[in-house]
Amino acid sequence: MAYQFPALTSEQKKELSEIAQRIVANGKGILAADESVGTMGSRLQRIKVENTEENRRQFREILFTVDDSVSRSIGGVILFRETLYQKDSQGKLFRDILKEKGIVVGIKLDQGGAPLAGTNKETTIQGLDGLSERCAQYKKDGADFGKWRAVLKIDNQCPSHLAIQENANTLARYASICQKNGLVPIVEPEVIADGDHDMEHCQYVTEKVLAAVYKALNDHHVYLEGTLLKPNMVTAGHASTKKYTPEQVAMATVTALYRTVPAAVPGICFLSGGMSEEDATLNLNAINLCPLPKPWKLSFSYGRALQASALAAWGGKAANKKATQEAFMKRALANCQAAKGQYVHTGSSGAASTQSLFTACYTY
Amino acid sequence: MPHSYPALSAEQKKELSDIALRIVAPGKGILAADESVGSMAKRLSQIGVENTEENRRLYRQVLFSADDRVKKCIGGVIFFHETLYQKDDNGVLFVRTIQDKGIVVGIKVDKGVVPLAGTDGETTTQGLDGLSERCAQYKKDGADFAKWRCVLKISERTPSALAILENANVLARYASICQQNGIVPIVEPEILPDGDHDLKRCQYVTEKVLAAVFKALSDHHVYLEGTLLKPNMVTPGHACPIKYSPEEIAMATVTALRRTVPPAIPGVTFLSGGQSEEEASLNLNAINQCPLPRPWALTFSYGRALQASALNTWRGQRDNAGAATEEFIKRAEVNGLAAQGKYEGSGEDGGAAAQSLYVANHAY
Repeated sequence: MAYQFPALTSEQKKELSEIAQRIVANGKGILAADESVGTMGSRLQRIKVENTEENRRQFREILFTVDDSVSRSIGGVILFRETLYQKDSQGKLFRDILKEKGIVVGIKLDQGGAPLAGTNKETTIQGLDGLSERCAQYKKDGADFGKWRAVLKIDNQCPSHLAIQENANTLARYASICQKNGLVPIVEPEVIADGDHDMEHCQYVTEKVLAAVYKALNDHHVYLEGTLLKPNMVTAGHASTKKYTPEQVAMATVTALYRTVPAAVPGICFLSGGMSEEDATLNLNAINLCPLPKPWKLSFSYGRALQASALAAWGGKAANKKATQEAFMKRALANCQAAKGQYVHTGSSGAASTQSLFTACYTY
Repeated sequence: MPHSYPALSAEQKKELSDIALRIVAPGKGILAADESVGSMAKRLSQIGVENTEENRRLYRQVLFSADDRVKKCIGGVIFFHETLYQKDDNGVLFVRTIQDKGIVVGIKVDKGVVPLAGTDGETTTQGLDGLSERCAQYKKDGADFAKWRCVLKISERTPSALAILENANVLARYASICQQNGIVPIVEPEILPDGDHDLKRCQYVTEKVLAAVFKALSDHHVYLEGTLLKPNMVTPGHACPIKYSPEEIAMATVTALRRTVPPAIPGVTFLSGGQSEEEASLNLNAINQCPLPRPWALTFSYGRALQASALNTWRGQRDNAGAATEEFIKRAEVNGLAAQGKYEGSGEDGGAAAQSLYVANHAY
């Protein structure tokens, strides 16, 4: 390594770091509303609504036209390409509606998985071709951050060394290209929860994956202060018979992060994976109350965990707009409180009962 | 990567983490008194004293006979092998005297540098052979931490990828072996200040080196909570014509660390390199006043910067021993304050004058 050839100017760095900080300021988090057409299909099918462009537009319109006070809880919204160019029923662009609320607009940039030959069905992610030009256009069209989801799984021989290296490398290339075009890259190396492994195993894998990701970001000269991380929380696999409390999930998660994520990263916005809305909030709250050093903001970037109730309330009917918006606002507010460690659980499933399960001397 | 095979038990982890925290407790740092026979030759020849085992014993006695005032500012002392088994004039082992003051005993375990063929004069460090057995013996003989120094240099084409990779790997092997034997490893990847490069270049190289070190530590399953880092501060090369203030050095140093050192590391104990005693204290103080969030203790592991005045006062004369010890205590106390950002300077060369040189909008 001979000499430094600066990747970004001071002005570029300042812009990126300010955008990143705005997104996660004061307990704010991200609404991941970037479901692809196919994924929206699965969501809409569950509420028996047809997967048409208009239906997708209508649902997003209801979410984005909530009261301006939502901007106290939501710092950024990730959009799918189609949505970036859609308008409300008065002809106003969604991205302008969001920006006027002071919410930063983001755009999903990856183009889905591709198999890695010679592995146990592992994948890498496509989307690097022409990415710079796409980023430049999205920046002109109002986006200030991007998102790219890499997927790793825990299984026999997985994640393999190749899968980790390859996904870390593509994430770093994507991040580097984003920054050159004034977009803050959200780096998402999701270790999916499929499987029957316990939480300890997930922690081990998450640590290895994140160490590789940050080495790759460093190798690719990515400016960490102008990035955000979107990781999985550390949990047991869905099919695991072991149950863990939010405090245990929090301790395992923060331990994994503090062993791998440099303090320069301004914010960590967890994905919700398959968690229920309430679990996603309780876990985030416990994470923010965890007594370990936490030099980054710990917030949310939730899709299902912000929208499940809203979707159910909507049912495809315009008349349900108010109920839909209330359901969404309720989760947005709850998660904002959780991001400050101030969420007070008022529901029936007792927070008290979960607290007593915390094993104080388990070493992570 | 299928499954984790725990390198350490819960008890082993706790012991290591407790030792590390004791060494870098608030206001405390390390006295590096581990000069090899060859290094002591240079020090002693500068004050006209013959390099005999007895003179080395007498000199270390000057340092170790410091009174209880050092208890609040010295958390650990690094010994050379010979010194670990030496006694004071009353026949009391130095190790015993140090331990009785509540100070943790450490031992240098590397065996010096060797050339890397095919590079521009770069080196790796030897000492891995039989290291486990040596660590086990040192642990029995009173040592609870160890130190291993790797050396990198900045020039047109260095440090090379090989030098970075090899030194990071050897540091990780050493760290892993130490921990297996209940010894906290101090990981020292020193980038020499030789050369005319500027502050930015040193920062860039330091970030690359530290990223590689932490990736290697992760790969080797090293328990970060039971590890300390001993890096160089980020400074310009000795022959660089540009002068920088302590605040600029602090900002560059803390920025580099924030981008690479996981918060799980309990403490960063800087080496003093070629800095004068006062420079080393002023820089450490500025580091602890740097406005960026710093999740690890930032303290000292100084050799020359704690001993220069003491050595000069002693000059091999028993009659000077008391005065020499006072000089050492004075520097120890000053650095204890600097480690908390509370040192107000000696008053001679203006702290105020240095502050005005701080360039507010330099992007690091």
